[in-house]
Amino acid sequence: MAPDDHPDHHHPTELAPIEARVAAIESVLVDKGILDTAAVDAIVTHLEDNLGPMNGAQVIAKAWTDPEYKAQLLDNATAAIDALGFGGPQGEHMVVVENTPEVHNMVVCTLCSCYPWPTLGLPPKWYKEPAYRARAVREPRKLLAELGTVVPDDVEIRVWDSSSEARYLVLPMRPDGTEDMSASELAKIITRDSMIGVQRL
Amino acid sequence: MTIPDDDSLPRDNGSLVFDAPWQARAFGIAVAVVEKLGLPWDAFRQRLMHEIAADPQRPYYDSWGLALESMVVDLELATPAALEAATPTERAPL
Repeated sequence: MAPDDHPDHHHPTELAPIEARVAAIESVLVDKGILDTAAVDAIVTHLEDNLGPMNGAQVIAKAWTDPEYKAQLLDNATAAIDALGFGGPQGEHMVVVENTPEVHNMVVCTLCSCYPWPTLGLPPKWYKEPAYRARAVREPRKLLAELGTVVPDDVEIRVWDSSSEARYLVLPMRPDGTEDMSASELAKIITRDSMIGVQRL
Repeated sequence: MTIPDDDSLPRDNGSLVFDAPWQARAFGIAVAVVEKLGLPWDAFRQRLMHEIAADPQRPYYDSWGLALESMVVDLELATPAALEAATPTERAPL
C-alpha cells in the first residue's frame, strides 16, 4: 500500500468517523492486552503475501492432471485442498463444483462475502457489491454476458450461495490444446475469476 | 458508494483488496479477536450479514467496522465509553 505522503503531513487531517472508530477499537483492545498491533499486521501481511488465487490454481491444475486427486477433491474438497497445504481459517467446509459441457457453475455469497481465503485470497470488490450479490441469483446468464462470459444457451448455469457451512470453488473445464502442458504450466492459465465461475477458460 | 460501475466489474485477475490501510486493520482486528477468543468465524459473520442487510448500499468496510464494534462491545472487550475516549494508536503506514 502507498505510504501516507500527503504534503500536509504535520497537520493531521480529520479521520473519517468509521476510520477513527476502527482505530479506537484497536487502541482499546491493545491497551487491554487482547491484541497487539504486530499480530494484526501479521494477519494482513500473511493474507496479502501467502493466500490468493495462485493456491487455488495449483489445486485445479492437479485435478486436471491427476484423476485420483480430482476424485478426492470432488468427494472431500476440504481434505484434498488441505493435503496441498492450503487449509486454515475460511478454508473449512470447501465444496468443489465441476464445470462440464452441460453445466457452468458460478459462486456468490448473497448475504455477505463468504469466500475461500486460503485458495482465492480475499474477495474482489465486485464480489461484495449488492449488484453482484443480487444479480448472480436473479439473472446469472445476463450478468455473465455483461462480464464478457457468454454461456451457450444449452449450458445450464448453476449458482452456488457460499456460507460458513459451504464455501464453493469452481473446477473449470481444461481448455482444448493444453494436453501437453505440465501442472505448473497449467496453473499459470487458471484465473481467479474462472474459479469463482464468472469466466470460462 | 453506488452500484458498481464498469471499473469495479471483474475484468482482470488483480484488483486491490483494500482501499485504505484502515480497512486492512479492521479486517485484521476481526480475525485476530475471533482467533484469540477461540470463537467460530460465524460470531463475526452473523454481525457482518446483519450490518450489510441493515444498509445494503453502505460501503462494505463501513459495515465491517460496525460489525466489529458491535462484537467487541457485546463481548465486553470494550465499552462504548472507552471507545469514545480512546486515542487512536499511532500507526505506521502498512
